[in-house]
Amino acid sequence: MTIPNPADAVLRPAVGVLALQGDVREHLAALTAAGARATTVRRPEELAAVDGLVIPGGESTTISKLAVAFGLMEPLRDRVRAGLPVYGSCAGMIMLADGILDPRSGQETVGGIDMVVRRNAFGRQNESFEAEIALAGIEGGPVHGVFIRAPWVESVGAGAEVLASYEGHPVAVRQGPLLATAFHPELTGDTRVHRLFTDMVALAAGAPDVAGEAAGAGR
Amino acid sequence: MSTTPPSTSDATTGTAAETGTARVKRGMAEQLKGGVIMDVVTPEQAKIAEDAGAVAVMALERVPADIRKDGGVARMSDPDMIEGIIEAVSIPVMAKSRIGHFVEAQILQALGVDYIDESEVLTPADEVNHSDKFAFTTPFVCGATNLGEALRRIAEGAAMIRSKGEAGTGNVVEAVRHMRQIRGEIARLRGYDRNELYAAAKELRAPYELVAEVAALGKLPVVLFSAGGVATPADAALMRQLGAEGVFVGSGIFKSGDPAKRAAAIVKATTFYDDPKVIADASRALGEAMVGINCDDLPDSQRYADRGW
Repeated sequence: MTIPNPADAVLRPAVGVLALQGDVREHLAALTAAGARATTVRRPEELAAVDGLVIPGGESTTISKLAVAFGLMEPLRDRVRAGLPVYGSCAGMIMLADGILDPRSGQETVGGIDMVVRRNAFGRQNESFEAEIALAGIEGGPVHGVFIRAPWVESVGAGAEVLASYEGHPVAVRQGPLLATAFHPELTGDTRVHRLFTDMVALAAGAPDVAGEAAGAGR
Repeated sequence: MSTTPPSTSDATTGTAAETGTARVKRGMAEQLKGGVIMDVVTPEQAKIAEDAGAVAVMALERVPADIRKDGGVARMSDPDMIEGIIEAVSIPVMAKSRIGHFVEAQILQALGVDYIDESEVLTPADEVNHSDKFAFTTPFVCGATNLGEALRRIAEGAAMIRSKGEAGTGNVVEAVRHMRQIRGEIARLRGYDRNELYAAAKELRAPYELVAEVAALGKLPVVLFSAGGVATPADAALMRQLGAEGVFVGSGIFKSGDPAKRAAAIVKATTFYDDPKVIADASRALGEAMVGINCDDLPDSQRYADRGW
């Protein structure tokens, strides 16, 4: 799952995908296409080795419980506090939120983005939908947003910047090195969001602008 | 639950939304990967499953082991029971319709279930036709014993496939057989050139386009889970090592001595399926597993995997 050329290691940032559950493979493919060295992360020592992390789509209750059960929750919080770039899609957005409006008992988040999210806000699977989303910091037209039992952002604090909204509800948010979308760019073949994130990781790691886009766009 | 219908356009931030697309249906299953879907018959069981880390629950009136014991015609579950489970948990809720009983499927869609399992565990309603799954907004998962069967279901609109195994036996042997069959047939297709794919499609009794897609991808175009006979953490990890992207556990959890503990253990073993130390720890002190059935002792009429074609 890692790009095998060792010469790339100095140029390409190592981006992990939290692989406890969810659409891990799609994120690995999108990150690789965006120029990152993509690896899976299931253990604290694997987390310690990456320059950036993606928390994938999946079931947020399951991912949260497994992160606690396998001793990953505190290391995740420590690294986020220390400035690790993290991108979360759907369940990953929930994991990055400081608050959940209606959490299941015992559901913890990593936190880091000053926002409160509402789980399954757009409805159940029958209401899951696709729509074009204009995303600040992404050039070349709107991104195709795939919303699956998706959350939306109920409220954001002063530190967080809303990058996109749908029907009045924020669905993409950034706070410093943390990025979150309620939708799933990894299901579309459009890698612009992953390029934006890979650039954020490269910038934080002090490496060159690997994806060739404006590093730190939207900041 | 507060919802905003996403069917209207938003002039400032987006265009009209589309629901029920193949991408949304298949994408839903992608979110379940690496997870465990558990059969439950009450809201209390659904909560135990959710607390244990299940990615979804399958709401049904009787687990397959009891369907075997009780006999008679097995049908879609009571709508009140399904609604009770939908209200009890926040994870996705699936429910079963009989093969070919598209009205049961219409009812399940109207109830708002997140996935419909057109299942051989229930008594088939049509011995010739499966339901047209493109006619629904709700996605479908279907069982398969081999690649041709999987592709025929996908051609009918299934957005997720599970190997059938033999439900309600607590015996993983049929699940292994079907997963090996499907994965083996996919591996063989990889070696074929374009000329050979036409004959392969004929032999598989599946549309050429799907056969060519599988040959190019090296996997099904939809998520593949395993089902039917998983009873222990080791069983779940075995199915994942054989290529399943996740597992359905039916009778194995709530027919065991300590369901909450066993459910959490199977979830852990499914995530760390390639780490024997984690699986060993998860396998400790689980209490009694369900009593299994030797599949060779089943009369033909009791072989659910033979239902569907």
